[in-house]
Amino acid sequence: MNRRDSLKSLVFGSIGVGVLLEGCVSGVDSETVANSLKKFNYGRTPEEKEYDKLLFSKKCFTNNQMKLISEISNLILPPNEFGSINDAEVPELIEFMAKDIPSYEAPLKDGLASLNQHSNKKFKKVFVDCDENQQKSILDLMAYPDPNLSSSEQTDDIKWFTLFRNLTMTGYYTSKVGIKELGYKGNTPNVWDGVPQDVLDQYGLSYDQDWLAKCVDQTKRNDVAEWDDQGNLVT
Amino acid sequence: MQIKENLKEYDVIIVGSGAGGGMASKILSEAGLKIAIVEAGPFYDPANPDQMTQMKWAYDSPRRGAGTTRPFGDFDQAYGGWDIEGEPYSQKGDTEFRWFRSRMLGGRTNHWGRISLRFGPEDFKKKSIDGLGEDWPIGYDDIKPYYDKVDKLIGVFGSKENLYNDPDGFFLPPPKPRLHELFYIKGARKSSVKVMPSRLSVLTKRINNERGVCFYCRQCARSCSVYADFSSGSCLIFPAQDNGGQIDLYVNSMVRTVTTNEEGKATGVSFINKEDRTEYKLKAKVVVLAASACSSARILLNSKSKQHPNGLGNSSDVVGKYLHDSTGGGRMAFLPELVNRKIYNEDGVGGMHVYSPWWLDNKNLNFPRGYHIEVWGGMGSPSYGSGFNVNDLNKFFGIKVGGYGDMLRTDMRKYYGTVLGMDGRGESIAMESNYCEIDPDKVDEFGVPILRFNYKWSNHEVNQAKHMQDTFEEIIHNMGGIALGDKPGKDRNYGLTKPGEIIHEVGTTRMGSDPKTSVVNEFEQLHDVSNVFVVDAGPFVSQADKNPTWTIMALAWRTSDYIVDQFKKQNF
Repeated sequence: MNRRDSLKSLVFGSIGVGVLLEGCVSGVDSETVANSLKKFNYGRTPEEKEYDKLLFSKKCFTNNQMKLISEISNLILPPNEFGSINDAEVPELIEFMAKDIPSYEAPLKDGLASLNQHSNKKFKKVFVDCDENQQKSILDLMAYPDPNLSSSEQTDDIKWFTLFRNLTMTGYYTSKVGIKELGYKGNTPNVWDGVPQDVLDQYGLSYDQDWLAKCVDQTKRNDVAEWDDQGNLVT
Repeated sequence: MQIKENLKEYDVIIVGSGAGGGMASKILSEAGLKIAIVEAGPFYDPANPDQMTQMKWAYDSPRRGAGTTRPFGDFDQAYGGWDIEGEPYSQKGDTEFRWFRSRMLGGRTNHWGRISLRFGPEDFKKKSIDGLGEDWPIGYDDIKPYYDKVDKLIGVFGSKENLYNDPDGFFLPPPKPRLHELFYIKGARKSSVKVMPSRLSVLTKRINNERGVCFYCRQCARSCSVYADFSSGSCLIFPAQDNGGQIDLYVNSMVRTVTTNEEGKATGVSFINKEDRTEYKLKAKVVVLAASACSSARILLNSKSKQHPNGLGNSSDVVGKYLHDSTGGGRMAFLPELVNRKIYNEDGVGGMHVYSPWWLDNKNLNFPRGYHIEVWGGMGSPSYGSGFNVNDLNKFFGIKVGGYGDMLRTDMRKYYGTVLGMDGRGESIAMESNYCEIDPDKVDEFGVPILRFNYKWSNHEVNQAKHMQDTFEEIIHNMGGIALGDKPGKDRNYGLTKPGEIIHEVGTTRMGSDPKTSVVNEFEQLHDVSNVFVVDAGPFVSQADKNPTWTIMALAWRTSDYIVDQFKKQNF
């Protein structure tokens, strides 16, 4: 059975929850689940809604693990004037993805455990109790992949940190604060009328006049199209 | 199982509500015929706020838009995907056919790429040119008036280019190219690869007073809530209803068979209502199949009777055969010149503003059919995956990859919008040995026998894929770009996609004038049963390197005119 089968079966209730969420436990109260469902309003089908509800009702990490996740994410992207990892709800996303993509769960948990092993060995305390310099000295062991090796040949620590950094980065830059920081200007009604002139100039580019002549005249976009018999637009 | 019979008799039952079914519904209902549309998925309207995903942000989804439940991401408007619970398909031998199904009103037209290309005169007569495959029984002149009508009814932007095999139509004006597209134009022209404005069914200009005009959000895959792109529901079925068409919609209804009488004529369909899991029968004078090429073939093959022991319309044994998908290949490139580029809104329409039609003569090449090149890139809306491997591109500057801290912010900004991609989409040869058939051992959750696929690419397609990769590399070099990833070699079929992956599967009920070697005639009417038609891409004899939707609709319109005419002559 592939992953899709298992999660779909789950939605339809024919297979045990264990197939999908091995290490995750129930334990989220129904009010929190209901609030999560209300918060994410994104055009779900009834089946998809059921699946989300199931994931919201499970907890994948302990409170200590969640604290650790937040600690590492904040080292990866420290807060700035735009906001923070926590404003961006990055720990929540990482928790959700560990349930949504079950193959993430074990490596994420193993990586968190490994981090504490390193800190215990080096500094005789858990990672969150280390000071920032101590924490960074541990991250330095795993934050830089060996450029001569492929991604599958890297150490487990490096593989884990790459996954963790990816989730942190994507979590931050897909959040309200992260999108603002990046400066993405779209996803809003507008009228595209070509590359700004200063940008064309910067790259020494220009539009062909022949090409431009074919393009839409945005002042007439609301005039209903009519053509002559040869297919020439006359409005 | 108890079977419930509906006593109402329709003039026409249309199975499926995508491009072909939508067009048939519109033309037939507006001619005054009583229509039933039977759709396997739920009702869907792109303007329904409960179903809408357009203008959502990544953070409106708890997985930030990841493709876990919908293969092309949370906001893509296709209910279904490559695998649908309870509705499997199987493979013969080492076949790896991929079958994408969308179960909803409008089907795959809700999320498709809107690339709307007419076939050219040569595309209908390829066997006469290179001796491979088969010619269509019709030519460009037969279908041209219908392409013209589809252009005017639905709207497609493009430009007059006077290319013989890429005929012009009645175009809306195209949008201006984006920055990365200007880089592509520069690079492609150096390689003598033609580039021109793309042709997409997106309304850059008003086409009537019912539909809106594009507001450039780049989200056509989410189906436009102001109906400024083509989806079958919003542009065909709803307008037909508004025009007073007598259309009954049966949703969540999976057609099992076409029912027939003693004379072997179709009497209607039997379907399973997914909600009560009961089988129903509907009656009609004419049945039009538009369930998608493979689903329609499946229905025909499952419709066995004393009169049609090999399945309906299958006395030729050709149903399911000549299945073929477009070829695909792609490559990505990094444009170092664009590092730290100025950020502005360049969303544009959903998809490319420019493309390259096939520009060479196959006579001089080691593969018989052409491909076109699609191009993508730019400063897209951040979604799940944005920021992954954020500074991998550092390696091209001899800078360390990885790390943590504020440097990652700088890297994120630095590389945003610097990657461009090219995709080749090519014509494959339809072969008898590539087919779908009924799996003798397996049924779906409704007890209906499922499809089994048998498909292998030939050297024609592999050699074409190699040519794509060589071309991409040359264009990337000419743009001042750096090709990303490894160039796929012979061991990987030069990056050739798996059959089915381009979602242009066609040819399973092919058209021809000889009933021994084809399933339908030039009016998409079964040779064996005069009151059954197929208006999806099943009747395609070949499919050029042109995306099939525009041709599906032109043919469906032509067929619908023929059906109306036959009704007038009282032939049903």
